[in-house]
Amino acid sequence: MTKLIKGTSRRGALKTLAGAAAGAASLPLWARYAQAQSSEPIKIGFQQHSTGIGAAYGRWYGRTTEAAVKLINEGGGINGRKIEIIAEDDGTDPKRGAEVVEKFANQHGCDVGFGTLFSHVVIGSAPRAGELKLPYFVVSEGHHVASGMLNRYTLQPGITDVKSQVQAMAPYVSENLGKKVTMIFPDFAFGHDHRDFFTAAIEEQGGEVLEQIAIPPSETSFTKYFPQIPRDTEVLYHVMVGPAVLTFVKELGEFFGDQGPEIFGFIDSLEAVDISSPGLEFLEGTYFWEGMPRYAQEDQSEHEAFYREAVGVDETGASVSDPSDVSTYAHMFGCWETLHIIKAGMEASGYAGPLDRAKLIEAVEAMGDMPESQAHPQGAKRFNGKTHQVFGHQHISRVENGRLVRVHTTSIDDTMYPDEVDYTTQPL
Amino acid sequence: MEFGPHLILATLEGAVTAAVLALTAVGLSLVFGVMRVVNIAHGEFYMLGAVIAWYVAQMVGGHPALGFVAALVIAPLVVGALAAAADVTILKHIEYDPERTIVATIGLLYVIQQLTLMTYGPEARPVEAPFSGRVELPWYEWFETLFGMAQPWGWSITSYKLFVIFAAGAVLCGVWAMMARTRIGLLMRATQADRDMALAFGIPVERVYALVFGIGAGLAALGAVLIVPIQQAHYLMGVEPLLLAFIVVIIGGLGSLPGTVLAALFIGLSDGIISVFFSPTLAKILATLLVGLVLVFRPQGLFGTRTA
Repeated sequence: MTKLIKGTSRRGALKTLAGAAAGAASLPLWARYAQAQSSEPIKIGFQQHSTGIGAAYGRWYGRTTEAAVKLINEGGGINGRKIEIIAEDDGTDPKRGAEVVEKFANQHGCDVGFGTLFSHVVIGSAPRAGELKLPYFVVSEGHHVASGMLNRYTLQPGITDVKSQVQAMAPYVSENLGKKVTMIFPDFAFGHDHRDFFTAAIEEQGGEVLEQIAIPPSETSFTKYFPQIPRDTEVLYHVMVGPAVLTFVKELGEFFGDQGPEIFGFIDSLEAVDISSPGLEFLEGTYFWEGMPRYAQEDQSEHEAFYREAVGVDETGASVSDPSDVSTYAHMFGCWETLHIIKAGMEASGYAGPLDRAKLIEAVEAMGDMPESQAHPQGAKRFNGKTHQVFGHQHISRVENGRLVRVHTTSIDDTMYPDEVDYTTQPL
Repeated sequence: MEFGPHLILATLEGAVTAAVLALTAVGLSLVFGVMRVVNIAHGEFYMLGAVIAWYVAQMVGGHPALGFVAALVIAPLVVGALAAAADVTILKHIEYDPERTIVATIGLLYVIQQLTLMTYGPEARPVEAPFSGRVELPWYEWFETLFGMAQPWGWSITSYKLFVIFAAGAVLCGVWAMMARTRIGLLMRATQADRDMALAFGIPVERVYALVFGIGAGLAALGAVLIVPIQQAHYLMGVEPLLLAFIVVIIGGLGSLPGTVLAALFIGLSDGIISVFFSPTLAKILATLLVGLVLVFRPQGLFGTRTA
């Protein structure tokens, strides 16, 4: 017996097509974009320190990011596509940082990761970003990017690193404040960068570091460490981070009273803290490093004025809506500038989707001089594609009548140092 | 700085730590002594005290002393009431079973911490001290040919820190007087000695338990109110006091108040002195080692009584 094999009839074909159309209509939203990927938003995973010891920075990094994204989107986005920020809290914790990077790549389908500040979180997260081949734009200050400790997928194009900052500061400190220095710094990667590079830089200036006082990051009271400061100290160099910074500076003042050496601090010891807080009167006449001066200076550029207004910060560096909410002004510009660099990199590489991530890295590596502009309100910068690190101007401010007044600005050349790595030789 | 002034300064700083630690640890010890409850959430009650102190100080306004005094009264009462409520609603229903109370108080720890994070936020916020003068300490030394008074930098303490030491001492005397001289203290001691016998004699054991749990938490909160003008209120600040309080309570003898106070003094001072001359990590290592030694050679603690 011959079995009848049904051929494809015209009616049958129509039925199949109708079924497929119905099926396509019922697909989830993401699948419909398969034909129109270029209109989908570009997803930027924002690794935010919303909780934990970095919370004050996380809050302001968030506001700055929001303002920059609003500006870029109003200007037509990137390659005609809007930016969408996917913020995830990492608790300022390296382990959770790596998990957040994983979520960006695998769960949210982010194009890039962005925003990390605390060096231990960067060090914890960067290896995972490298394995996942997720471009990871950090806004930290640790020297680990430029030292070669990380990988080709980690870049720091929006903020300078500790090594270049302290190297540029050391001549001013030794010429104007003194040559015998005692250092107080947090006992982890960021603090160790200060310890190592400032000690080397001050010795190069003919000075010496008498004592290095490392303080555990979880410490909440500090007076007991201060007696270790030798009496022949001419300059006290301090840098502290985290929720205890106000306590630290206050106790420093209680310790010295109306005596004490010259004091040079990194603004990190005072970020998000109001200078007029009770107990901080002794800061009058002391010096601070600032990435970007918190108080609007007389010669503030139009770009900075625009930026200040966009992020909602008044001329004293506090929130426009709440004067007691002081910003982390010396660091947060890094988020604004990094987002503009991501935009420039994606436009230069014709970035269309995750398959173009390698092209994006190469496009950013090809960047060099970045002139001062609305995209770079902190000032001109020079990016080194080999070390993935940017170099820029640094400022020293002095507390005068309860305001930070800029007294010195370094050149970009002051901050440069020889390359320690060439990431471009690593495979993509 | 020379060894002498350095040592005295470290001792004074250690005494501030010891004072607050003693309050916190006595609260923990009281709860364990009377109720046999290992309260893992104790550090969070401490943190709550500091956070509520900030809220109260914000609301009161005016001279910092007004806000501080209000916080000194309100924060321990609110925290005590919360703890008593937790006792009645949670611990009572699991019948104070040792294992289950540990799990329940761990849960309480996370609930309190997350609720604080959701309402108060992740920031560290200061409460202004009611007064804070710098007290220069006298120091004499030889200057080339003559002997005279010197003022080396840092050779001082603030009046507020001295106040913390004395205030903690006064509160501890109060706790002792309550336990030894009042009727409620008698009921507590009776409940501690033999719960079933106390019940048979008509002591309202459940109400005593709620009260003790409230007082224990209130003492931790009081310690935090005292410390918050020196440090700041932060939602993660409860972790270290909890660990230190456990170290103190184990060394001093679970449930023994004099032992707890003495151990708090010892741990607070050694923490101050060892972290100055050596390293803070070494201070913690030695404290933990001491706990180990106590557990091996005198499991009931230095002042504890051996239970059958």
